[in-house]
Amino acid sequence: MLIFEKSSPGRQAGGQSPDIDTRIDSIPESLLRTDSPTMPEVSELQVVRHYTQLSQKNFSIDTQFYPLGSCTMKYNPRACNSLAMLPGLVSRHPLSHNNVSQGYLSCIYELQEILKDVTGMKGMSLAGMAGAQGEFAGMAMIRAYHQSRNDDDRLEVLVPDAAHGTNPATAVMCGMKVREIPTNREGDVDIKALKAAVGPQTAGLMLTNPSTLGVFERQIKEIARIVHEAGGLLYYDGANLNAILGKVRPGDMGFDVIHLNLHKTFSTPHGGGGPGAAAVGVGERLLPFIPVPLVIRQDEQYRWAEEADIPQTIGRLSAFAGNAGVLLRAYIYARLLGKDGMRRVADYATLNANYLMARLKAAGFDLAFDGRRATHEFIVTLKRQAKELNATAMDYAKRLLDYGHHAPTTYFPLLVPECLLIEPTETEDKATLDNFIEAMSRIDEEARTDVEILKSAPVSLPVKRLDDVKAARELDLTWKAASE
Amino acid sequence: MSEIPGDLKYTKSHEWVRIEDDHLVTVGITDHAQAALGDMVFIETPEIGAEVEAEEACAVVESVKAASDIYSPVGGEIVEANANLADSPESVNEQPYGDGWIFQIRVGDTDELEGLMDAEGYEAFCAEEE
Repeated sequence: MLIFEKSSPGRQAGGQSPDIDTRIDSIPESLLRTDSPTMPEVSELQVVRHYTQLSQKNFSIDTQFYPLGSCTMKYNPRACNSLAMLPGLVSRHPLSHNNVSQGYLSCIYELQEILKDVTGMKGMSLAGMAGAQGEFAGMAMIRAYHQSRNDDDRLEVLVPDAAHGTNPATAVMCGMKVREIPTNREGDVDIKALKAAVGPQTAGLMLTNPSTLGVFERQIKEIARIVHEAGGLLYYDGANLNAILGKVRPGDMGFDVIHLNLHKTFSTPHGGGGPGAAAVGVGERLLPFIPVPLVIRQDEQYRWAEEADIPQTIGRLSAFAGNAGVLLRAYIYARLLGKDGMRRVADYATLNANYLMARLKAAGFDLAFDGRRATHEFIVTLKRQAKELNATAMDYAKRLLDYGHHAPTTYFPLLVPECLLIEPTETEDKATLDNFIEAMSRIDEEARTDVEILKSAPVSLPVKRLDDVKAARELDLTWKAASE
Repeated sequence: MSEIPGDLKYTKSHEWVRIEDDHLVTVGITDHAQAALGDMVFIETPEIGAEVEAEEACAVVESVKAASDIYSPVGGEIVEANANLADSPESVNEQPYGDGWIFQIRVGDTDELEGLMDAEGYEAFCAEEE
């Protein structure tokens, strides 16, 4: 029920009412409204109950296990929030003079340095406002690099079919043509196909490593050599950085440019569409093109480096310099963890995934890449259950909600039929993982004995099985008053 | 088991091709493909008059699970697109070989048709992909 539907004419929350005697003279008469806006007329207690009950309907990391593959829905320490909201940081104006911003600038500078160190890159810009923008900046730099060398015909970008779906979209947005490279049965890039695809038209290769198949690309050095010898550059999608944080560095793998979703790996609650932060890291070759502004240290003082300092820069990505709140959370998170802590993130993210994978296999589930070690995530395929029992990945996912777990990612990556992409993250304990395994086993049993239980799931939530087709085709989120 | 009509030609990317006359073919996606993709919510058909190459992405089918490119089986000119799909994308699910056809193309080089699979070949290809 919407709060508008709880409205009754004339009801008010007196204690919350504005002082109606206040006159605002600065707005011209012609712009003042004459009728009252349609607002719900409810009491203070009604509002409190309404929103409290709404929040209780949330499926969230604060309440439930959230193994949503490829999204890294890990727990974000409260300390990152509270420290990022210190009054001196929150009330700082983005145009404040450097003299009164040395504290903030030092945080951003140190974050740049930490991220450079943990990824093995030569430069780091934190100006990007979201993952997609980080990708765009990376590809724009590759384009600027080739143009600066009058190598204008390099307009083709190679994208393995196991890459993040955003990668080909980014290449097209930058005016490039996309060429897909197939994956072999073990989940690695098909080297023969890659060799056949590179040439004088190759601008670069976009790779997510570990890939969306939940495996580490073992031939990365060979791939880097092939692309570089053909004159192309390597772009690293940092979506799956959690698995290798502090362990392996994209810079050492041979990548020329990377983007990191700080909101994913570095402690910002996400999944609601923002705010995000895309750190963009570059190697030697792309250093002159890095997006501005970034913080530099000069004569014991921190200051913003702008176009004048980096004349070949691809330019600005945001009005000021990225999402300050997200960057501060990332900085605090990195400082709380330290170098050893970052390694532990990768250790436990991969340990949890491998434990879950081994136990689900023992419980009779089929793995998409049996025999490969999981990274921070892995794929279960329910192809057999779909064929023999008519129980699909979607049915299992919906039934998991009844057992109190958020569903894993379904039907992604597209390469694997009837798949669940499961990412437990490092912040879950063994008991939670065991509960999930127990739930999966029970659902498998239900699928064998009475598949209708799965087909009608979820039964315990306020909203039952949604009509996906209607939701996609006739989306209507606007409430209209009955009188209108 | 999905339906694979004997009188059509097939691609590895799961399009079917009906040869209407010497130079005109109709294209859609197979029963196997529609079953794998799930309920359709939107079909983007190619522009009439567009010149396409063989294996070039020229249409998009969007289901509740995913958005997928449809590749032209041969090179040529798009001469017709199924306008009914704008209102009834479900035709692709219900009648993939009938009302769910997606576009027609005037073939540039009819030799390209030789490279397509027949029903038997496509059935074996699907079995191997499993």
